[in-house]
Amino acid sequence: MLESTKDMGGPRQSLLSIKGLRKHFPVGGGLFGKKQVVRAVDDIDFEVAKGETLGIVGESGCGKSTTARLLMHLIAPDAGTIVYDGEPVGPSLSLRELRRRMQMVFQDSYASLNPRLTIEDSIAFGPRVHGEPNQDARALARDLLNRVGLKPETFANRYPHELSGGQRQRVNIARALALRPRIVLLDEAVSALDKSVEAQVLNLLIDLKRDFGLTYVFISHDLNVVRYISDRVLVMYLGEVVEIGPVDEMWANPRHPYTAALLASMPTLDPDARTQEAPLAGDPPNPIDPPAGCRFHTRCPFAEEICASTRPRLSTVDTAHAVSCLMYEPGSGHSRATGTRALQFEVVS
Amino acid sequence: MAIATEPLTEIAVAEKRRGYWGTVGKRLTRDPVSMICAGMLGLIFLAAIFAPYLGLPDPYQGSMIRRLQPFGTAGHPLGTDELGRDMLSRLIHGGRLSLLIGILPVFNAFIIGTLLGVIAGYNGGWANSAIMRTIDVFYAFPSVLLAIAISGALGAGILNSIVSLTIVFIPPIARVAESVTTSVRNLDFVDAARASGAGAMTIMRVHVMGNVLGPIFVYATSLISVSMILAAGLSFLGLGTRPPQPEWGLMLNTLRTAIYVNPWLAALPGVMIFAVSIGFNLLSDGLRSAMDIRN
Amino acid sequence: MKPVVSVRDLTVSFHGERTVHAVNGVSLEVRQGEVLGLLGESGSGKSVTMRALMRLLPRKRTRIAGSIEVDGRDVLAMKDDELSAMRGKVVSMIFQEPALALDPVYTIGAQIAESVVRHEGKSMAEGRERALEMLERVRIPSPKRRLDAYPHEMSGGMRQRAMIALALACKPKILLADEPTTALDATVQIQILLLLRELQAEMGMSVIFVTHDLGVAVEICDRVSVMYAGKVAETGTLANLVRDPRHPYAQGLLSSTVLGARRGERLTTIPGAPPSLSQPPQACSFEPRCRFAVASCAIQRPPEVDLGERRMARCIFAEKTASEKIASLQPTPA
Repeated sequence: MLESTKDMGGPRQSLLSIKGLRKHFPVGGGLFGKKQVVRAVDDIDFEVAKGETLGIVGESGCGKSTTARLLMHLIAPDAGTIVYDGEPVGPSLSLRELRRRMQMVFQDSYASLNPRLTIEDSIAFGPRVHGEPNQDARALARDLLNRVGLKPETFANRYPHELSGGQRQRVNIARALALRPRIVLLDEAVSALDKSVEAQVLNLLIDLKRDFGLTYVFISHDLNVVRYISDRVLVMYLGEVVEIGPVDEMWANPRHPYTAALLASMPTLDPDARTQEAPLAGDPPNPIDPPAGCRFHTRCPFAEEICASTRPRLSTVDTAHAVSCLMYEPGSGHSRATGTRALQFEVVS
Repeated sequence: MAIATEPLTEIAVAEKRRGYWGTVGKRLTRDPVSMICAGMLGLIFLAAIFAPYLGLPDPYQGSMIRRLQPFGTAGHPLGTDELGRDMLSRLIHGGRLSLLIGILPVFNAFIIGTLLGVIAGYNGGWANSAIMRTIDVFYAFPSVLLAIAISGALGAGILNSIVSLTIVFIPPIARVAESVTTSVRNLDFVDAARASGAGAMTIMRVHVMGNVLGPIFVYATSLISVSMILAAGLSFLGLGTRPPQPEWGLMLNTLRTAIYVNPWLAALPGVMIFAVSIGFNLLSDGLRSAMDIRN
Repeated sequence: MKPVVSVRDLTVSFHGERTVHAVNGVSLEVRQGEVLGLLGESGSGKSVTMRALMRLLPRKRTRIAGSIEVDGRDVLAMKDDELSAMRGKVVSMIFQEPALALDPVYTIGAQIAESVVRHEGKSMAEGRERALEMLERVRIPSPKRRLDAYPHEMSGGMRQRAMIALALACKPKILLADEPTTALDATVQIQILLLLRELQAEMGMSVIFVTHDLGVAVEICDRVSVMYAGKVAETGTLANLVRDPRHPYAQGLLSSTVLGARRGERLTTIPGAPPSLSQPPQACSFEPRCRFAVASCAIQRPPEVDLGERRMARCIFAEKTASEKIASLQPTPA
């Protein structure tokens, strides 16, 4: 059986360290048209600590799914470095090896399973590719089916279309674990599931994380789920990181106006405290031609002239909390940037 | 732990032990139209294969005094042709060549076109442009004209007409293969396979081929009817088989003159071509819906 | 007060290669100016019920029984011309994907105007006037210009606003909303919910709002019917349902939400999965997943227990609250 990779730099070294990751997709244009680019991911930096769950949230088109595919190198990044436990991907860590240590679960449980392969063959495929003898790969697949709560004798020889969405997503999770990765990227992995099934799969994810000592990057548009499962949260807007910090702190005291608006946009569960006013007007702008300066300035209630021209930097406001907003950069020229970093918003909820 | 072990529906249990193609086969046998077509085609094929052993009169033996006899003539249930040869025997013997030059080009083109299309579709980019743009050149000519041109250049003969028809059918098959491969390639399970460190060849073999062969095959079977008609056309123009060999297209040509004397007799080879091509068409339709097992 | 929409014992089944009993005896009642939420997971029959109300289901494969009365008229007895007169005029519908409801080859203004001309016999100029008024009402920025925009030229949220404008152009009495905010981003979803809430209050229409999201239901509904396996499990006011659910499924749905849960702690879940609907249910459909089930639950259909105040739960233990049910489990050793 494949061994899980050994820890290298000790518990304090980040498992993943991403610097300047960038991907621009060319769109339209054709032979004669004007060439345009979607700035899907635009120079983002972040770290993933060993054993944590990092949530990535944002609206459609913010680049969160592209980020996951870039990390796996399913899409080649235009720029940026990815360091896995001290080893830079490329020079000292091969792609093949990276992909063994890092695995991914996709949103669409049906599209992510080959309809012509049995469940068992789908799970055993990865280990076989990495040289596991057929018999061992099968045994591993059956063992993993058990671990994700599907009886191997019932499910091993079935085909994906014979399973329910929740069962298929369990299979996808088992497949991701078959290579004994240390980190699993969950790209909207529970978003397509019904609420009662979603809760079952979330429980499973929590059990597996403990049993296998995993690290998760959990990408979702559902803030409630992200809050429940994540230790830290990274908020993206139009291809950029706007805020990153511990989940409780971010919920209690969101620093970036976008984070505050996103949180206030969540429907309430209290019939007596319905939302009275929408925190933001309009739709997110098109990522093909994002606004200059701070990308959020077109929708930001605190925007000033300076925001349209100066791009804010991601700067630390607390030990583990960073935000990309001119209001937190002393001397940036924004009238609220008084040097005090404890600016607060009232969260309507 | 809350585990989703739902009670299995009966359908799921019944389908469990059958693989994908087993399920498709089962669904196909439930479709009466497909089964009638398959039966008819099977009969025509068997008759053609075993033609020499069926005790039929010699298809080459003519008789000047018994020309163009009507249906039901003693010893000639389907009458005789313009040289007094037995029609039934010629029709059954004719199936051997007609089916061969109808099916073989499609089979060849299926293999070559699939290969080209899958390579273009999976790799995308530069390889795709090179292969697909070359193929587009062939689209500039109508298929009939292309077949005639190639056959004409290569010279008349069975082998040459098979080669020319193969060339005619490679572009459409490659194009279908390319579009199916492109759509499969963009599915998440291919990404998942790439994410598990598998190489391009392994992914093509395990994940792509199994999912694209079906749809391409269905498309190819629908081309058999076209191929039959084109092959008949080539023979009709004297570019395929040569007299006195029995072949449906050629027979149609030589019987042309008899159309005022005995029109039903002259139509018989056409009926055979029609029956085989419609049979393949309906069968491929049935196969297409049988393969869509999700609904 | 006479209800505007009244559905009695509606059953809908689909027949084809496989039989699906999608709706198995649904009764609903919506009064003037009321917003009823249909809350349920996929396959619970909520969307099918909505489509049955509009008679939008494929006629050949569908069998419908029971009664549907909309604005005092029997929908199941309507002829085709009566149906098209009703659709858009008395009852309108908005969908999850505006792309399905808006015609891509006509401008927004033309589509709204056409609907006004058809249903109210107005002139095209008057229709365009109404279109402009509606675009203003749904707060589409620079509405004059948008009148001549095609659906693909608009962003997702804008398209949804345009679809609402189209649906409400002829001032229908009833609006059917089938997950209209599900495909939208969070910051846009809340805008659309608030807009719908406001328009509903202004125009005084009745709304049936289908959703799988409890939070969305809380933001917009007055009353909620929770659906499970093609039946209404529980109906009541929003407050009653959220604070004191009586059907074990509704209770499970509320307790399995991640909202109140502590991080890293296991969630209370409803085990198992919904039943296959290939057979019409003979007993309680929720029985295989219910922790309170007793022997009789697997044999007979549970009664609709009337709890007063137009409140109903389809469970033999409907009188007991969630905590009482749990307490009653204690004496029997597990």
